[in-house]
Amino acid sequence: MSNKSEMIDRGRRSFIGTAAGVTAVTLAPGVVLHKLAAAEPRSEAVTDDVRWGMLIDSNKCAEGCDACVTACNSENGLDLQQKPEGEDEAKWDRQVAKWIRIVKVEDNLSGRVSKLPMMCQHCEHPPCVDVCPTGASFRRADGIVLVDRHICIGCRYCMMACPYKARSFIHEAVEAKLTRAPRGKGCVESCNLCVHRRDNGEPSTACADACAAEGHDAIVFGDLKDADGPLRRALAALPSRQIRQDLELNTGVRYAGV
Amino acid sequence: MANGVVRDIIRATGLAGVLCALAVHAADDGTNVIPGSKAAQLDSCVEPTEFMRRNHMELIKHQRDETVHQGIRSTKHSLAGCVECHVSYGADETPVPVNAEGQFCNRCHEFAAVGVDCFGCHATVPDNVSEGAGGGTARGDVSWHSSFAMSVPRLEGQEPAVLGEDKRP
Repeated sequence: MSNKSEMIDRGRRSFIGTAAGVTAVTLAPGVVLHKLAAAEPRSEAVTDDVRWGMLIDSNKCAEGCDACVTACNSENGLDLQQKPEGEDEAKWDRQVAKWIRIVKVEDNLSGRVSKLPMMCQHCEHPPCVDVCPTGASFRRADGIVLVDRHICIGCRYCMMACPYKARSFIHEAVEAKLTRAPRGKGCVESCNLCVHRRDNGEPSTACADACAAEGHDAIVFGDLKDADGPLRRALAALPSRQIRQDLELNTGVRYAGV
Repeated sequence: MANGVVRDIIRATGLAGVLCALAVHAADDGTNVIPGSKAAQLDSCVEPTEFMRRNHMELIKHQRDETVHQGIRSTKHSLAGCVECHVSYGADETPVPVNAEGQFCNRCHEFAAVGVDCFGCHATVPDNVSEGAGGGTARGDVSWHSSFAMSVPRLEGQEPAVLGEDKRP
């Protein structure tokens, strides 16, 4: 990678974003900010006084464990997807929607292998939002990057733009779906940090809960802006990094031990 | 010019006809609410029935934007609320999808020849129950699931930076 391409021109990105008519959700003036009461459906718009994120400790991510993937599939109805009759197994495996992928990275020199769950990184400057022609891909005020599938036209530019290969396209009509996780043919989707749980005031995500239940505690979910919260305490205690930090996307999901 | 006026008259007549037909259709047994659904036990919908008949789509559309973009899920105009209240149950206590033939959504929409796009993505029965007459799958009965964990991609390189490489077909 040349020095020139490593330089990030934030002004250019911002200009392109504006030109594409992609704007973040703005807070109406006069809206009073306050903390969300626990376990109650949200009645006021989300605000940017929180930013949801995660810290994933690759060292604690156990070999052979896929509890986070299984929990995510079940929480978000991904396990209800059905392979169309006669579809090639390998093709289906490439195309079926997955919100979390278990990825192994190996250092060629030392041979050290790191295993980590890879999902939407909930960037502060998400490339998927930059490229979306309809504004369907957007970043919510609380930092969650998600797709408004009511206006997604299925062009898949966001899938090409995402450096983390985090998004999936739904190729076929979906028969069974959950109320909390709508899903339909022709739209793109990805991890939304269990947005229904956020809106109902629940404390964690399905993947973090499953990881804790397995006793690994590799995933810490929390508010990046809460200096006394569990996430910030974990980030202060461990050296962590963003994957593809060179892109300066300021990801909401951080990794330790890679 | 004259053609335009004639066309307008035809349009207006047609529209009036459809509205009359809808009114007659709704009035033939007084209601389209399915017996056995939660809605059948209530006096009226979340708004007066007449208002809901004409404006339910506007309420749902407004609510959807508030929910997706602002996370507001506490109001009474949610599609999930419609489904939960209007779904009816078959002989074996399994819920019948609201858009199945003869069910609440389907009865009017088929008569008025207006497609319902909601259920291309949204669930037609409440969560935590397996689907009834409309087909579909019970939870856990997923053929590809066992092979899922086996197929994790192995990316090799000196830096995790190779994750940016797109190997998507």
